[in-house]
Amino acid sequence: MFNRAFRYWALLPAVLVLGLLTLYPIVQLIRMSFSDLQYVQAGISWTSVGLKNFRTIFGDPIALVALRNTAVFALVTVTIETVVALVLAIAVNRVKIFSRFYRVIVILPMLIPPIAIGVMWLMIVNFNYGVLNELLISFGIQGPAWLNTAALAFPTIIVVDIWHWVSFMFLILLAGIESLPQELNEAARIDGATELQLTRYVTLPLLRPTISVAVILRIIFAFKVFDEIYLLTNGGPGNATQVISSYVEAVFFGQARMGYAAALALATAVLIVVFVVGYQRINTIAGRAS
Amino acid sequence: MPKIGDRRGVSVRNVSHAVRKEPFLGHLILWLAVLVTVLPMLVTLLTSLKYTRDIISGSLFFQPTLGNYASLFTGQGGDFLHLLLNSVIASVGSTAIVIIISSLAAYSISRFKWPRWVSGVIVSWLLFAQMLPPIVFVGPFYLMSRTLGVYNTPVALVMAYIVLDFPLAMFILRRFFADVPSEIEDAALIDGASHATTFLRIIVPIVSPGITAAALLSFVFSWNDFIFALSLTSSSSGMTIPVGIANFAQEYQILYGEMTSAAFFAAIPAIILVVFAQRYITTGLALGSVKG
Repeated sequence: MFNRAFRYWALLPAVLVLGLLTLYPIVQLIRMSFSDLQYVQAGISWTSVGLKNFRTIFGDPIALVALRNTAVFALVTVTIETVVALVLAIAVNRVKIFSRFYRVIVILPMLIPPIAIGVMWLMIVNFNYGVLNELLISFGIQGPAWLNTAALAFPTIIVVDIWHWVSFMFLILLAGIESLPQELNEAARIDGATELQLTRYVTLPLLRPTISVAVILRIIFAFKVFDEIYLLTNGGPGNATQVISSYVEAVFFGQARMGYAAALALATAVLIVVFVVGYQRINTIAGRAS
Repeated sequence: MPKIGDRRGVSVRNVSHAVRKEPFLGHLILWLAVLVTVLPMLVTLLTSLKYTRDIISGSLFFQPTLGNYASLFTGQGGDFLHLLLNSVIASVGSTAIVIIISSLAAYSISRFKWPRWVSGVIVSWLLFAQMLPPIVFVGPFYLMSRTLGVYNTPVALVMAYIVLDFPLAMFILRRFFADVPSEIEDAALIDGASHATTFLRIIVPIVSPGITAAALLSFVFSWNDFIFALSLTSSSSGMTIPVGIANFAQEYQILYGEMTSAAFFAAIPAIILVVFAQRYITTGLALGSVKG
């Protein structure tokens, strides 16, 4: 009996876990977004408020800033990371010695706790004791407060993110390059192609599907950014580095507006799903056309 | 079956090695990348080995000390031992549960004839869950942990980390299970073994590289998490190391010594994994994310 039904028994725990830990929380999130939640003595009281929370979003300038910052952040970091990672992956693929050493080092940042990455960069860009400003002082320049100046905080965060995530792009793109048939490279070389021509006319066109998958994965990650920003600027100065996650967290815990935070989170989820589905569509069409 | 450390085209490449010379520019670029990658870690490591006076004076030459690491476990660092314990419980607990559940599910989906929509629904749901930022789950998990009375305990974190780790583990394992030749399984079944026995004794050992990759990555994701630990814990009885680190940084006076030593300490698993298990990490992520 158990044996014949094994496939059901084997799938059951996963279905239960997914139901309780992903489906139920999302249903709960939807309920929260239509409610006003207040801390009361006995726990939390729920009052239904209809669409009020969603209407609030449109009149909330900080929500708009957070969305814009997140979008700019995703666009800039993913673009730079793709280019840098592509250069590094092609380079690692072409060298013979030290190849394993390069791989190990370049992949490392992806595995380090993001909060520790925040600390590492704090030790560089900190106004008082940061290595960067100490270096500038030795040239006689008083460095700026990188994290407390509105115009500098956002670029600094972007640099930290690039340091963190080039590793992931590198890994995915390198896996893609290594799965390409090496015979093509040999054939091109024998025909007298330079390394640059080889890259431009053989590697890149073949790598296009991998690049497109890597880019969408990274954009999805970019929308999750939170840890380093929390540690380095906590969204500030003002709201210069406020992103979706940091703002939702601040609304939920800092302002204790749980219903509104849920509406913001739900809107984010919808936005991401729409974006990803749209990206896949465009990509499929573009892939067919080319 | 995807093999860990499969070196495709080795022979062809070896031939080319004989004729091609080392690209100088490539090495230059890569050494630059190595330098940029290592520098922030080195600065942190060196700071963590300094006395406070040397941190403030910013001297490059200093008398090294392990005092900051010691103070994590004894002095002002407070309950770091407790945080370490919580981190280990939450990471190991969630990894164990995820691996057991996802290998059973991956086995069921990839080895039995299910109607097409079953695996379709499961896979798209996992992709959907993986896509969402953790902040989407934070609110509901906060309420849930309060209701269940597990707020500020590792149990709340284990629940959250299952969500974090499950999709990737499932994608990796599905690929590995699907590639086991069915003859092996059929032979065992014909010999009278039950499905459960076949799974445990025959299939699991064959896919153990996949299980290792999934387990290592699950552990790393859980160990690295900050946002759930920040949201679902409030004191050292439930907090994990990353939250402790953030607290050092956000004191009125940043505790540089403790902060940097805790950060370097938290990065040690990553360093160990990348040096000793790079193949598992690489194959796991490449298979699980791109081809998932």
